[in-house]
Amino acid sequence: MTGASVSNLPHSPTVDAIAVDRRAASFTTRSIKNESKINALRLALTMVDLTTLEGKDSPEKVRSLCRKAVRPWERDEELLGERLPPVAAVCVYPSMVPVAAELLAGTSVKVASVATGFPSGQYPLDIRLNDVRQAVRDGADEIDMVINRGAFLSGRYQEVANEIRAVCEACGDAHLKVILETGELVTYDNVRRASDIAIACIRPGDFIKTSTGKVSPAATMPVTLVMLEAIRDAYLDTGVKIGMKPAGGIRTAKQSWHYLCMVNETLGDGWLSPDWFRFGASSLLNDLLRSMQKLKTGSYAAEYDFSDA
Amino acid sequence: MSTAAGSTNRSQNAAGVQAPPRLDLRAATGGGLFEYAPAPESVRPAIADRYGLFINGRFTDPTSSKRFTTINPATEATLSEVAEANEADVDAAVRAARDALPAWAGLPGKERGKFLYRIARRLQERARELAVLETMDGGKPIKESRDVDIPLAAAHFFHHAGWADKLQYAFPGREPRPVGVCGQIIPWNFPLLMAAWKIAPALACGNTVVLKPAETTPLTALRLAEICDEIGLPPGVVNIVTGAGATGAAIVNHPGIDKIAFTGSTEVGKIIAKAVAPTHKRLTLELGGKSANIIFEDASIDQAVEGIIEGIYFNQGHVCCAGSRLFVQESVLDRVIGKLKDRMSTLRVGDPLDKNTDVGAINSKAQLATIGKYLEIGSKEGAERHDCGTADLPGKGYFCRPCFFTGVQPSHTIAREEIFGPVLAVMSFRTPEEAISRANNTPYGLAAGVWTDKGSKIFDTARRLDAGVVWLNTYNKFDPTSPFGGFKESGFGREGGRHGLLAYLA
Repeated sequence: MTGASVSNLPHSPTVDAIAVDRRAASFTTRSIKNESKINALRLALTMVDLTTLEGKDSPEKVRSLCRKAVRPWERDEELLGERLPPVAAVCVYPSMVPVAAELLAGTSVKVASVATGFPSGQYPLDIRLNDVRQAVRDGADEIDMVINRGAFLSGRYQEVANEIRAVCEACGDAHLKVILETGELVTYDNVRRASDIAIACIRPGDFIKTSTGKVSPAATMPVTLVMLEAIRDAYLDTGVKIGMKPAGGIRTAKQSWHYLCMVNETLGDGWLSPDWFRFGASSLLNDLLRSMQKLKTGSYAAEYDFSDA
Repeated sequence: MSTAAGSTNRSQNAAGVQAPPRLDLRAATGGGLFEYAPAPESVRPAIADRYGLFINGRFTDPTSSKRFTTINPATEATLSEVAEANEADVDAAVRAARDALPAWAGLPGKERGKFLYRIARRLQERARELAVLETMDGGKPIKESRDVDIPLAAAHFFHHAGWADKLQYAFPGREPRPVGVCGQIIPWNFPLLMAAWKIAPALACGNTVVLKPAETTPLTALRLAEICDEIGLPPGVVNIVTGAGATGAAIVNHPGIDKIAFTGSTEVGKIIAKAVAPTHKRLTLELGGKSANIIFEDASIDQAVEGIIEGIYFNQGHVCCAGSRLFVQESVLDRVIGKLKDRMSTLRVGDPLDKNTDVGAINSKAQLATIGKYLEIGSKEGAERHDCGTADLPGKGYFCRPCFFTGVQPSHTIAREEIFGPVLAVMSFRTPEEAISRANNTPYGLAAGVWTDKGSKIFDTARRLDAGVVWLNTYNKFDPTSPFGGFKESGFGREGGRHGLLAYLA
């Protein structure tokens, strides 16, 4: 192995791929009905990191996204008979952080910024760290960093760890989410090892996250399960509690409650809050709203009944 | 139902773990923040008040006029009255099978195959009804009857439909001929699936059958009789007679039967073997087990824990190949036990018709009493019992909280005898030699599981285990293409795959 120094890094257990796939699939057979479904939809809504990460993002788009984050649905009181809570955060590129920060000031919605040369991370470390510092200065409450996959895949785990620690320090008071980009790590063994490395380097309350959303496959249930198991082992061994964020590919309300069942049964309901679990998604929110309306009224509204942002 | 914390968790003897007393994931919240609302299966299959015997293509009343009730073990409610076949009824069934034999055996294989395909398709079409019926009559969770029992039963018919016209290719140089009339006696743990395991290969090879389902679970076999009728199977090819031990004995002792196939307890299997020994009858036995599930320290532990759950709590542990003896390498014993406890706290025990139920009802009052007896013996002999969760069990019906014992010695009764319930005996080992010799130290030899990430260890261990089936990094995987059967007192003969055909060919 090339320069693999893992002296002060955790020894990761192996992951049996077939069994993980099978276990992850078992959560999709959970049947969530009636009040459980309403509770799950409401909970999922509060866990959404409403995301736009496009080269063509405009301040106007970010503004409307912020508006939707604070008040997910204008017609909630009229059609659901309740005021829906805001989502967890708005997730944008660093250039949009000032726009989001201004609009979200005084609300409970956090400003999350991708940083560290997102999505590839293929930049010198000082540029990546400055990226983080600038985003925090501009008002980001949360930083979604990417790990150095090149270093990881070539076995330079210590380098990966050192960089995560450096980013963590650059975050200051901002929370950190470490994106593993599992679609590029390919094997569950790699996902587990990267999770363990990240968990060893971050602070209690920080997150590990599956994907940038720019690489396919993004979040899958088995990949998320492997990461949840890493979080579980860390908690059982050290008492340190880490959060989890699957991102990319979670579009439907049904998928969201499958994930919630998985978190509930793998980590327990101590993780069932936006402080510990998030969905990185853009189209999920509207499907949650649609499903809520379906439960209330018995019929599905058209997609165009809900604003894009 | 609450997924309440295993509050029995005391901090384990955390040898080698530097951490403070191991934390309980669910202690802080009690696990109640995300309750799953009841999700009952809504289909209610029609169940007749009384059922006759299926002989020569027709439902007929028993000559004895005797009937017995079959109940829903989850509610103790009576489902139906079923005919009790006596010797005269069995004789009528055997004669019908004998009469049907020449025409059935004489059909081109391809034509026999068509009937099997039709049965398979009909099982699929009526899958939901059959799944609910299986769950109501036997107590298994609807999730298992829906996702395992019924699809696998259909798969067995599909698989053997394909063999029907290819028998001479399966055994080159032989002229495959049917054995004749087959008497088949099946257990209550997988009622329809066991019927499929027995009937499909027999029919594919040109035999005719007299099948007796277990007395506590006759309803799906009787539905299968209806299906045979619906698809136009010639009368007498499949005969289904219901009853208890006496009916089974009448089948075993009937001189007009050429082959006995029995799946059930080793105790009854020995009686059958004695009865059949002085006759011309051929015999296959698929009997009990006390299968070892071996976890090495280099296994993927989280997945191995799933394998433990799958191995012993699947179908309430009413599985002949259940992984009821767990051997864990000492270095990971505490870790595995801790994870097992947490995983067990998420098992949902209760109404088998609820789609979220993981562990259903014990099949009968008698079986619940047997399990209870073993739980008592286990504690009395000095092992420590750990129960899954603290949620209340349903007030009515036969339920047993899944559990495992630690501190088990190889000489303990619960480490030697088949319990046929959700009860696991946990033991440890230090070297692979020790694991293998302890795993083999049993009169049984049905199945085993081996969990390790190391390929060479997998093959070495599997080779040295005396078991008919060895699962590697998985457990309780069944497929019609894979032969299944035992060593030692777990029986002889194979079912499934090419090997399974041999039992039905002369």
